[in-house]
Amino acid sequence: VQAEGTDGNCVTFVLHDEDHTLGNSLRYMVMKNPDVEFCGYCITHPSESKINFRIQTRGTLPAVEPFRKGLNDLMGVCQHVLNTFEVRLFLRSS
Amino acid sequence: PLAAAAMAAKMGTDEMRDRVVLGEFGVRNVHTTDFPGNYPGYEDAWDQRRFEEEFRVDVIREEEGALEFDLVGIDAAIANAFRRILLAEVPTMAVEKVFVYNNTSIVQDEILAHRLGLVPIRADPRLFEYRNQGDEEGTEIDTLQFQLKIKCTRNPQAAKESSDPNELYFNHKVYSKHMTWVPLGNQTDLFPEADFRPVHDDILIALLRPGQEIDVLMHCVKGIGKDHAKFSPVATASYRLLPDITLLQPIEDEAAEMLQKCFSPGVIEIQNIKGKKVARVANARLDTFSREVFRHEGLKNLVRLARVRNHYIFSVESTGILPPDVLVSEAIKILMGKCQRFLNELDSVPME
Repeated sequence: VQAEGTDGNCVTFVLHDEDHTLGNSLRYMVMKNPDVEFCGYCITHPSESKINFRIQTRGTLPAVEPFRKGLNDLMGVCQHVLNTFEVRLFLRSS
Repeated sequence: PLAAAAMAAKMGTDEMRDRVVLGEFGVRNVHTTDFPGNYPGYEDAWDQRRFEEEFRVDVIREEEGALEFDLVGIDAAIANAFRRILLAEVPTMAVEKVFVYNNTSIVQDEILAHRLGLVPIRADPRLFEYRNQGDEEGTEIDTLQFQLKIKCTRNPQAAKESSDPNELYFNHKVYSKHMTWVPLGNQTDLFPEADFRPVHDDILIALLRPGQEIDVLMHCVKGIGKDHAKFSPVATASYRLLPDITLLQPIEDEAAEMLQKCFSPGVIEIQNIKGKKVARVANARLDTFSREVFRHEGLKNLVRLARVRNHYIFSVESTGILPPDVLVSEAIKILMGKCQRFLNELDSVPME
C-alpha cells in the first residue's frame, strides 16, 4: 500500500496484487459513505496486478478514514453473508 | 392528478433504482446508482442493520457436485467479487512437477505432463501449505507425491484374427486410476485415514502399444486459479439476475397464445376467465430472455422485460475436489482475508 496525494483529503492508494475483485467491491462500499465526494479505482496496466484507488472526501476528513471504514464495512458484509449462507445450508440439511 | 403524477414519478425512479430494463435495442439502467446524494428523499448511505434486514440467502437446489442458490439484497460489485474468487482464488492441489523416468509412449513428455496437471486430485487443500518460492525438493506439508508406472504387453491368449485392442493388449489405456499415492516422510502419520487419489478414475491419459511404458513421479502442490487454470476448483461458477416480466395491459385470446410461445415454457400461463383466455405471468424465473416478444409488432409494447438488480441466482458446479457449499464459504472467507490484509497494513504502516 502506498499513498500519494495533495493534502489529507484526496489520497490515491496503490494496492499491489489486487484487481477488480477487491477494487470494485471496495469502491462500492466507499461510495456508500456520505462523506466521500469521489471514489474510483483503475488498473494502471493489465500486465501488472496493481490498482490505483482514489478517495476524495468532502470537507476536512482525512481520506484514510473512509478507506478504513469501507474495508470494515466490506468485512461486515462478508461475515453476514457467510453466516446467513451457513445457517441456510444447515437448516436445509436438517 | 398531482398525487397520481407524483406517484408515477416515484415509480419511475424506483424502477430506475432497482430494475435493469431490457429494451428492444439495448439495456437501460445498468449501473448501480443508489449512492448517497443521488436521489433526494432516499436514504442511501451504508447501513449494516438495514442490509441485514433485507438480505437473504435461498438454497434452491443442491446436487452431487452442483449448487444453485440465491443471494437477495446484495450489489453487483460484491456478487461479482464472489464469482471471481470462486473461479480464480480458491486454492486446490494439482500436479505441478512431473519427473519423467521413462516415457516410451507416443505422447510427448510435455503433453503428458500438461494432461497430468489437469487431472483433479481429491485432496483437501486446507490441510496443506503453499510451497515456498525456490524450494525444489518439497516437504511433507506442502507436497503430495503420486506415481504412474504402467507397461503395455501383448496378450498371448488373444484370438488370431481379432483386431480389438481390448483383447489383444494388456494395459493399453492409461487411466487416472493408475495414479497411486506415494506418501512422503511422515504423511502416513499425518493423514492416517486419507486416501489421496484423482477425483475420477476414468480419465484417459494416454494410449500405449506393446513395449511402450510410462514411469513418472508427480509432485502436487497447492495453487490458485489465477496462476494456472488447473488449480480452479469449480467446473464453472456463474450468476444471473432474476427476470421480472410485467404485462402492461391485459392480453387475451390469440395474442395470449402467441405471448406464451415467445417465452420459455412455464413462464406464461393461460387462464380461462369467463370464457376468455387471459395470459398471466406464472414463473418469471424460468425465462432465459430470448426477447422473442420484440419481434412481434402487436406484442412488443405490451410487455416490460426487466431484471431485478439485487437478486442474484448463483450456480456453482464443483470439479469434485471440495463440495460446492464449502467452496462458497471458502470464497467468502478469502474476500474477508483480503480486507483484513489491508486493514493490518493500514494499522502497521504510518501514513505520512
